[in-house]
Amino acid sequence: MNKLQFHPCGNFRESYYEEIRIFETDFGRLWMLIGLMLLFVVIPFISSPYMLYVLNTMGIYAIAAIGLNLLIGYTGQISLGHGAFFGVGAYTAAILATRAGFPFLLAVPAAGLVTAAVGMVFGLPTARLKHLYLCIATLAGQFILEYVFVQWERLTGGAEGIVVSEASIFGIGLGDDRVFYYVIFVCFVVMIWIAVNLIRTRYGRAFIAIRDNDRAAEGMGIPIFSYKLLSFAISSFYAGFAGALYAYYMMCITPEPFNLWLSIEFIAMIIIGGLGSIPGSVFGSIFIVGLSEILSHITQYLMNVGDTGMGITIAPLREFIFGLAIVLFIIFEPKGLAEVWRIIRSNFRLWPFSY
Amino acid sequence: MENNIRLLLNNISVVYSDVIQVLKGVSLTVKKGQIVSLLGSNGAGKTTTLKAVSGLLKPENGKVTEGSIEYDGSPVQNSSPEEITRKGIIQVLEGRQEFKYLTVEENLRVGTATRWGKPYKKDLEMVYHYFPALLARKGNLAGYCSGGELQMLVMGRGLMAQPKLLLLDEPSLGLAPLLVKEIFQIIRRVNNELGTTLMLVEQNANMALQIAHYGYVMENGKIVMESDAEDLRENPDVKEFYLGTAATGTLKSYKDVKSYKRRKRWL
Amino acid sequence: MEFFLQLLVNGLSLGFLYAVSALGFVMIFKSSSVLNFAHGELLAIGAFMFLVLSAWAKLPIILAFAITMIGSFALGFVVERLFLRPLIGEALIEVIMLTVGLAIMFKGIMLFIFGGDIHDYPKFLPEGLSMEWGAIQIPSVYVATFVIGILFLIIFGLFFKYSSQGIYMRSVADNQPAALSLGVHVKRVFALSWAIAALVCAMSGIVLGIINGVNVHELSSIGLKVFPVVILGGLDSIGGAIIGGVIIGLLETFTGGYISTSLREVIPYIVLVIILMVRPYGLFGLVEIERV
Repeated sequence: MNKLQFHPCGNFRESYYEEIRIFETDFGRLWMLIGLMLLFVVIPFISSPYMLYVLNTMGIYAIAAIGLNLLIGYTGQISLGHGAFFGVGAYTAAILATRAGFPFLLAVPAAGLVTAAVGMVFGLPTARLKHLYLCIATLAGQFILEYVFVQWERLTGGAEGIVVSEASIFGIGLGDDRVFYYVIFVCFVVMIWIAVNLIRTRYGRAFIAIRDNDRAAEGMGIPIFSYKLLSFAISSFYAGFAGALYAYYMMCITPEPFNLWLSIEFIAMIIIGGLGSIPGSVFGSIFIVGLSEILSHITQYLMNVGDTGMGITIAPLREFIFGLAIVLFIIFEPKGLAEVWRIIRSNFRLWPFSY
Repeated sequence: MENNIRLLLNNISVVYSDVIQVLKGVSLTVKKGQIVSLLGSNGAGKTTTLKAVSGLLKPENGKVTEGSIEYDGSPVQNSSPEEITRKGIIQVLEGRQEFKYLTVEENLRVGTATRWGKPYKKDLEMVYHYFPALLARKGNLAGYCSGGELQMLVMGRGLMAQPKLLLLDEPSLGLAPLLVKEIFQIIRRVNNELGTTLMLVEQNANMALQIAHYGYVMENGKIVMESDAEDLRENPDVKEFYLGTAATGTLKSYKDVKSYKRRKRWL
Repeated sequence: MEFFLQLLVNGLSLGFLYAVSALGFVMIFKSSSVLNFAHGELLAIGAFMFLVLSAWAKLPIILAFAITMIGSFALGFVVERLFLRPLIGEALIEVIMLTVGLAIMFKGIMLFIFGGDIHDYPKFLPEGLSMEWGAIQIPSVYVATFVIGILFLIIFGLFFKYSSQGIYMRSVADNQPAALSLGVHVKRVFALSWAIAALVCAMSGIVLGIINGVNVHELSSIGLKVFPVVILGGLDSIGGAIIGGVIIGLLETFTGGYISTSLREVIPYIVLVIILMVRPYGLFGLVEIERV
């Protein structure tokens, strides 16, 4: 049994191993255990059905946001098409389940893989394009995929969409929100674990090198094109995986949710949460989903309390506040909620001697 | 006596990003109508000194933390480049920063930014008078000009602003010896005929000291030697380290070369 | 054949509209390299300003137009000052998301005030402008658009090519540190380019409003249509934007006329992807002059 490790009061790292490890102290491990206990034992049993619905949505979006953060925050490649990638995952899972009769456990990863392939196709322009040209190319990808969702009626059911039957694992039905909660958050934890560890490997370091300076990275012998493609693939896998979960959770999918607005919401999540930070993506998705739920509650309340006309005219203000939140975050806290969290934490951990 | 001073740097320190101190108490004086050259090896802080004067430290996250810079008697340290250029200090950047997609004449016209709206035809003629090579290429995109033409272009662009003090950063960089000679002759003519005060940062100490009136030698962010240009030219240390000719004028043996660290008396 | 010619005329007019509405976008990109996602909303704001002044306040058309122009010029100035200036030097994604945030905000406000319905301007264009060629008709609005567009292009072309302020704006786009060293007021150039862009946007917004009626959703989706147009023409050339606009307009009407109306909406993006694969800097963009 090695001895308990406390936080040092400065940077005293002696090896690269110490630099890349996940938990700096044993308390970190402890806190993680407490967090997992809360997540799996306490929260599902104290939440109302509505809360469970909100939490599930947050979990699904968080998985996609983590994937997008790997791409934008770590590799520095901008994608405006993740809303559509999310949709590709959802449609693939739905089609595999209804047409080919894939079981849940197979359909979800398969959807992830198919989306990864689609993501790679739209990542191909990275070979020659950078920055805003790439940004526009992925925007075009978003529109093209949206078109495919609506128009390829034989496969996607067009505007009417596809109805997915209840998923089951080993004969246990997943129709209940609480059961599905476990499915989502087990996936969530696994996906976080993969992402955190991916960044510590040579692949993660290559991604970061490409983000910071791709010419220099190429000079260091990193094949940047294949790594950029890999990053697109991994990121789309996350999006597709989350999309598949979404399809099973909603049990009915139509083309509407997977529009440009969703892509923007994903980017807003990682910007508000913090670019290049895994916890940041989670904070961001909590923030965005929470914000839109609160805003829709307010409008609903106003509709019930006074005249309905008031509620309808107020509704666009939701969008306004949403936009305002993005703008304020970018101007005043460009490093996002992750930075706020870090500041709060570092104030506590050295307490009472904060210097 | 006081009126005669164009620029006075009084013990200035410059720090980049709040941590890297580059200048450590530099003081120097530039008299009106003179050419003052600033010599020193790479990284000595010559360019930083110029940028401190012209206000271009700010975009690079640098700051004058101590001391004062007086221009014609009024303090200008840490002012914005927009203000400083409007007072008549123009810096010609190192490495020929031309506007690639503008034609030669349009490049020159950007030089009028400090006095927007005033007529500029006379100045154009003046620049073409000093740099006839530019006249022939005035309709061409600057991106397709040769190195020598570009150096003339950026200097002419500086002159378009009718500067009272022109800061030149390495005008000889990467040019053929004959061209260097030509450019330095033009610098001297500008100084003589227009009365522009010039501050010149150079690696080519030989040329710089030939046209300068006064010289400073910098090392590690400090001024280590100052004198009239002629004296500096004769100084044995300067001769050895910057002019590349030993006192005897013959090649020295390896043993002597090795001892040179000790002989830099100011370190 | 007549069908073909009518499509050709429609495509050209539509393309010209796109080109005119892309001008403001190119302006901002050229001077400050900002990709403006709030472009469609700027169009809409201009259109609504004119609507309020002409249809609701019943001002004379010329006066309403002049006030709209001044108002949107001021708006562009304020937007740059409040939102974009703090971000000078930040990463691309943050600047892009800022304009996205602005777009959402503007859209929210406009929906709040005007709702999602289509509003119409009072009729003020003389009917005599419309042209007829056998069976082919060009309505007067298109003729007016064409004239206004050409006029604008010439004015801005001259402004950028010959005026000192235009040259300063180009110099900032070209080499910012050098422009700074010569005393070009870089921040003023940014502010000015946003102001001019907002003005041009208002102008094109009004034109679009005359043709299709004023509607928030419609106008903001045209803001996204600008991307294929400018990429096709090269992000930084105004002449390219015109050609890009015309190509996209023709593509859309011909696809709509001969293949299917649903494909019409995506065809610009499909072409966009192909163009980006083949010629990353657009058909008419500047080839980078690199010196080693």
